[in-house]
Amino acid sequence: MTVVDPVVPADQPAVADALRASRGAGVDTAFRLLALAAGLTVLVILGLITFSTTRSAWPAFVHHGASYFFSTDWRPSQGHFGILAFVYGTAVISFIGVLLAVPTSIGIALFATEVAPRRLRRTITLVMDLLASVPSVVFGLVGFYVLKPPMQTLFRWIGNTVKDIPVLHQLFGQNSAGISLLTAGIVLAIMITPIVTSVSREVFDTVPRNDKEGALALGATRFEMITGVVLPHSLGGLTGAVMLGLGRAMGETIAVTLLIGGVAPRITANLLGPSDAMPSAIARNLSEASGDFRAALIGLGVTLFVITMAVNVGSRRLVDVLDRRLKGAA
Amino acid sequence: MSADATTELEAETTEDAENAVDLRELTHPDPAPASAPTVFDVADLAVYYGAFRAVRDVKLDVVKNDITAFIGPSGCGKTTVLRCFNRMNDLIEGARVEGLLRYHGVDLYGKDVNPVEVRRRIGMVFQKPNPFPKSIFENVAYGPKLAGIKKKAELEEIVEQALRDAALWDEVKDRLQKSALGLSGGQQQRLCIARAIAVRPEVILMDEPCSALDPVATLRIEQLMQELKSEYTIIIVTHNMQQAARVSDRTAFFSVDVDDESGDRTGELVEYDRTEKIFSQPSDRRTEDYVTGRFG
Repeated sequence: MTVVDPVVPADQPAVADALRASRGAGVDTAFRLLALAAGLTVLVILGLITFSTTRSAWPAFVHHGASYFFSTDWRPSQGHFGILAFVYGTAVISFIGVLLAVPTSIGIALFATEVAPRRLRRTITLVMDLLASVPSVVFGLVGFYVLKPPMQTLFRWIGNTVKDIPVLHQLFGQNSAGISLLTAGIVLAIMITPIVTSVSREVFDTVPRNDKEGALALGATRFEMITGVVLPHSLGGLTGAVMLGLGRAMGETIAVTLLIGGVAPRITANLLGPSDAMPSAIARNLSEASGDFRAALIGLGVTLFVITMAVNVGSRRLVDVLDRRLKGAA
Repeated sequence: MSADATTELEAETTEDAENAVDLRELTHPDPAPASAPTVFDVADLAVYYGAFRAVRDVKLDVVKNDITAFIGPSGCGKTTVLRCFNRMNDLIEGARVEGLLRYHGVDLYGKDVNPVEVRRRIGMVFQKPNPFPKSIFENVAYGPKLAGIKKKAELEEIVEQALRDAALWDEVKDRLQKSALGLSGGQQQRLCIARAIAVRPEVILMDEPCSALDPVATLRIEQLMQELKSEYTIIIVTHNMQQAARVSDRTAFFSVDVDDESGDRTGELVEYDRTEKIFSQPSDRRTEDYVTGRFG
């Protein structure tokens, strides 16, 4: 092939017009506006929720001030509205739920991504995704009819066994009907396990094959590869999974209502006694409440909302710090 | 399976030590002396993915302290074969090896052989630099830590030595605690080499280690390989024939055989010889076509 010198032709083809043609520009602009509107909608909805609930709850905040948040005295008939024990009840059952569900979920997810043969992998994924879509009232019923009776027997036995032991007596003493913080926590754990598993599994799937092979090629066992590469890489995503589970646990209403007892809650170390949680208190009482009582119940919702947000933001910060420590400064 | 095949790898390490002594006595006028000890001997090796035979008829001896290059067109199975040497194909579901692949006389696919132990002795550098998202120090210290070394001073010494051996120390000594992901591609690949040699393997497998690098970084890796070969046996897969000609002592040429009836493509070892012979007077027509650029 002969190579010739370049020449600028006298009559340039009409490239300029073609380049400036505006085909598709209108559609693009429309799409951009539509996407922007969708994005703004999220913020607007969030703002409206915050505004309308806070406004309805405002009387409770104003009339009772700090004692609304920091008192455990909840006697609506006498006009005492201290929500701290409800916050405590929600915190305890959510904590139990997360404590039991997270290790289980991570175990299942690791099994599904790193250990199980491919066919079993698909089955596990399918079952977990199905479980994640089971309505929570079903879990509540299972808890009520399947979990509660043996719990009752177990609690009686525990109560009798520890009744003379000082610390354990406080934790597990004198009980009961099988309806308790612990029962509600266990059902929450069962309920959030599928969703936490499902998200964790997706997080583990994103660990680059390259990184995993790098560890194995250095003589890491599968377990060392998981602890050294898979888990550090997944830290952020796993926190997200835990937060999702925690959010569901804190907000879960119906299953908890069936299993927590609905008595006026106290701050107690006794996990085997009945208590109450924020969402179930709202659900049980709102239809009959009016005035300050009603405002106090809506205030519970606002408080729950704020706590959830705070936990979320806090955990993001924590992940950032841990990430930096694990991965070295950029 | 021979009687040796059931011998445990641990027992072989004593023989390693003896081999090492032999080597020091050898002067190296020739890159591949006629009587050099072999590290691997491979006979009738075939690799299957499920029912599909990916490579067949691999037969070669890898000589200690040689750089052995695997070349050939895409799909000829050179990487597949390389990944047999440290049992990396175990990770692929359905992958199966037939034939014999022996490391110091031990069948690497023997029943008692633990792939984790195999990989501690036979390291690997990958096509795409794959440093962990950790600090530079932690990357290099990862292998020694797995091997049970915990003392900070000892780890520091190992890390420094490995980074020096990988010709990276001067560039990173002031930023050991910084993320390895901040390094350039070439530096990352040298870090991966440092990470591999920090566990003192006998063999380093390199799977197209320069394919993601620019020419300058490539040259540095090639120089590094020449420096490392006095202590390590290196097998490199490369799609770059010039690279094979520049760095290797022996070259294995793989080709693809297409079955006329089924259309199945199977890789096969065509020719294995000293590199200068492969590139100057290959004995197989297919090798000649490939190295002279007439392929395809």
